[in-house]
Amino acid sequence: MITTKDIDNPLIKFVLHLGDNALIMGHRNSEWCGHGPILEQDIALTNIALDQVGQARNFYQYAAELISETNGEQLTEDSLAYLRDSWDFKNCLLAELPNGDWAQTILKQFIVSAYQYHLYQALANNQNEQLAAIASKSLKELNYHLRWSSDWVLRLGDGTTESKKRMEDAIAILWSYTNEWIDFADYEMIILGDSHHSIQQDWKAKIKSVFDEAGLMIPVDGWMQKGGKVGNHTEHLGYILTDMQFLQRAYPNAEW
Amino acid sequence: MLTQETAILQLLESVKDPEIPVLSIIDLGIVRSVVITNVNDDQFESEVSVLVTPTYSACPAVDMINAEIKFVLTTAGYRHIKIEQVLFPAWTTDWMSESGKEKLKTYGIAAPIGKSCDQTHIEDLKVVCPQCGSDQTILISAFGSTACKALFKCSNCLEPFDYFKCH
Repeated sequence: MITTKDIDNPLIKFVLHLGDNALIMGHRNSEWCGHGPILEQDIALTNIALDQVGQARNFYQYAAELISETNGEQLTEDSLAYLRDSWDFKNCLLAELPNGDWAQTILKQFIVSAYQYHLYQALANNQNEQLAAIASKSLKELNYHLRWSSDWVLRLGDGTTESKKRMEDAIAILWSYTNEWIDFADYEMIILGDSHHSIQQDWKAKIKSVFDEAGLMIPVDGWMQKGGKVGNHTEHLGYILTDMQFLQRAYPNAEW
Repeated sequence: MLTQETAILQLLESVKDPEIPVLSIIDLGIVRSVVITNVNDDQFESEVSVLVTPTYSACPAVDMINAEIKFVLTTAGYRHIKIEQVLFPAWTTDWMSESGKEKLKTYGIAAPIGKSCDQTHIEDLKVVCPQCGSDQTILISAFGSTACKALFKCSNCLEPFDYFKCH
């Protein structure tokens, strides 16, 4: 096992945070593979999952490079994904929550896509060239993620009595996990600078416009969960890692 | 006489996209450049760097293509080969060659329409059926069998087909 929790460099923390969000979302979405409601949507969601894992690879490769420049430790994208424990992960809690039903999966994906879309737009103009490159590359597919998940929020919210109820239930279950995305940690503020204001505003505006169109209410302000960004996770992350890291734990250094 | 760089680019014509074997990596436009360093009298002792840009962030074909580039150049005699990944500027279907688009169509995949920056929604595109040439086609899903494709259906010949998305 390796650990990254003692790393203090804000850029490395930020890049790990981005990689962890992408990987855990991708892993959760991949759980739908073979279980989607219809073939096309199964394929759509697994396409998104694959793209998220691809984003995670780019961020982890960059993080590994930065870590080796800083302290000489030779890490790889694989060691960062497979050899860290839950306290090292900096993903937002929403990403690790179980998929629930289709409505909950859709809502999770919509909240995250709306966030990643605006975040990557800001990062595409960041002075850090590598971050800007990964962000511009990721944005191309993010367009598809955001449209697909927005369309589904609309379809369920503005659909049948049952689909609307499912969407409202999803909002009730997940809403307290939404604010963490724009409740920026110190390391995010250092890298994002002033652009964090526009990310917050654009994210809120996007959610409001899709909810309005779908006839869904944004809940009144209440208690909001947080902790993922500093490594305090729900019990669910441990189960994800048990599954995802099984092979490397059972057969260390296995390659295929 | 060919420069060494051009000769290498010609060799790379034989590296195909494993998902769409009619397209070479040159057709796709993912080889950004070939750089020879440490130039040696024996050309095979020179160091060859191939700069490639990945098509899609998670495309599993990328690792395969890199291995294939090494294989082709090693077989040709080169001993010092480096493959560097370039993320910026991000790959776009605008870099796909015209002959590549033609080959796609013959293979049964509709080629990307227009410039990637046009941002036309995929539902609003007039995608022509690669089988019968009709423009009476409908989008089934923006996500298809691989990350680069969307699924369409032709209302004329009733066949489903893949469309290579603008990227």
